[in-house]
Amino acid sequence: MRAFEYAVPANMDQAIRLLGNSWEDAAPLAGGTDLLSLMKDDVVAPRRLVNIKEIGALRGLSIDAKQGLRIGALVTVQELADNPKVAHAYPVITKTANEIAGPQIRNMATIGGNLCQRPRCWYYRSGHGLLARDLKGQSLVPGGDNRYHAILGNDGPAFFVSPSTLAPLFIALGATVRLVGPNGKREVLLEKFYLIPKSETEREHDLKPNEIVTEVIIPLLNGAKAATYEVRHKEAMEWPLALASVVLKMKGQTVSSARVLLGHVAPVPWRSAEAESALVGNPISEAVAEAAGKAAVANAKSLGRNGYKIQIARVAVKRAIMAAS
Amino acid sequence: MHHDGKNDDEKLNDQGTGFSRRDFLKVGGISLSVPLVMGARTVNVAGQDVKIYGPGKVHISLDINAKKYAAEVEPRVTLLDTLRNELELTGAKRVCDRASCGACTVIVDGKAVYSCTVLAIEAQNKKITTVEGLMDGEKLHPLQQAFIDNDGQQCGFCTPGFVVACKAFLDKHPHPTRAELGTGLGGNLCRCGTYMGIRAAVMQVSKGGQNG
Repeated sequence: MRAFEYAVPANMDQAIRLLGNSWEDAAPLAGGTDLLSLMKDDVVAPRRLVNIKEIGALRGLSIDAKQGLRIGALVTVQELADNPKVAHAYPVITKTANEIAGPQIRNMATIGGNLCQRPRCWYYRSGHGLLARDLKGQSLVPGGDNRYHAILGNDGPAFFVSPSTLAPLFIALGATVRLVGPNGKREVLLEKFYLIPKSETEREHDLKPNEIVTEVIIPLLNGAKAATYEVRHKEAMEWPLALASVVLKMKGQTVSSARVLLGHVAPVPWRSAEAESALVGNPISEAVAEAAGKAAVANAKSLGRNGYKIQIARVAVKRAIMAAS
Repeated sequence: MHHDGKNDDEKLNDQGTGFSRRDFLKVGGISLSVPLVMGARTVNVAGQDVKIYGPGKVHISLDINAKKYAAEVEPRVTLLDTLRNELELTGAKRVCDRASCGACTVIVDGKAVYSCTVLAIEAQNKKITTVEGLMDGEKLHPLQQAFIDNDGQQCGFCTPGFVVACKAFLDKHPHPTRAELGTGLGGNLCRCGTYMGIRAAVMQVSKGGQNG
């Protein structure tokens, strides 16, 4: 790890000013579970770390009958998983949070960090850049070891998969994310917060070097059915190969509106309009769930070694719908 | 081998500054014997003073196993490396150094964490427990005894981290179910595969009600 200077601001104003105009100037340190590994591997090398953990405004979790759930960016994954109010109002969040990584990571990792973590693509982590290019500017992914890479939204130049397990679920629930920067506060639909970079100077988040995610707001379920289904190699300490998060609003026995999000299959949490329209207007049944799963991967394509993920994604969608019903 | 016995670096320095690398090393040798520890510098940010530490060594103090320790480390040094290299507390092991294996597990303010992924400077003002803090004098912690009783180790390298992770788990779940063991101990790896023994050890301590 390269040497850096270290500061602990007491409030947001100080934190924003201690960050810089470029990614190399400074990075905010919260849980550190992703950042410190990236720094040890010399993938990122900020000259200053700004420890934001003393900022009270970034803490706290509350549920309000109008606003819904507010999760402060510094709330840890374990605090989210252990919160009884969340377990009551959003059992799907409790279940999903409890299955992230292992206990040590859940104790350290924050919700803000989970949403802003960088891709696990091994070319990126080995120093080939977010777009995994060789010295001639050609992507290493299509002809390389792409067994965990994208099956949707994979026309390039980005082939990595979005690593957050919470983001697809939060997007399905209609979450917004709030940020603070030198020009004040702004709010973005979490769905719009994730971007597919077109060049190496772009990032996968709508985030500037001197902005900090402060909180996530999630509307109340209001009777909607929700579930996440993950497929992993191992029970613990593993990112899913694919997951599906679904939120279904019902009118009687019929689905009146649906959100179907797939995770770990595309450079962003992938919303499937095809699966959603296969659900709307139908009662939930195994056949409808099966059709939605097929629709979700209708446009998926293998990069060579990741074709198996198409079937996994299809089944994850089907099982998430059945789990929600 | 050059005829004047100097390598290219030294020649370059001779030409450029009249100050050879060898001379530099002599000077450096003297100054290196004095620790280069800097205090924090203070900058005014948003109308208030904020201290900035590093990038050189800074004084830190840590509360480990109810004892105060002092060290001089750069902000980039992890808690794990500080425990092992500065404080002679070598129970926590450096294996993956990437928050994946659990061999470095310590308890910070009651929670199991990977000490490879906590900076020593940010672990100040917190209560840290390492495996060295579990024994009561010469008497093993009931969990350590249970690892022996249930054959919960083979090569032993993952054991200190596993024992600490199990301690934190039992503090939170005094009477765990098998399912809770699965998610609650998922952060540690044992390449010898002694998981059955470790699970039995945890259940033994849980049943005995002697989790201390």
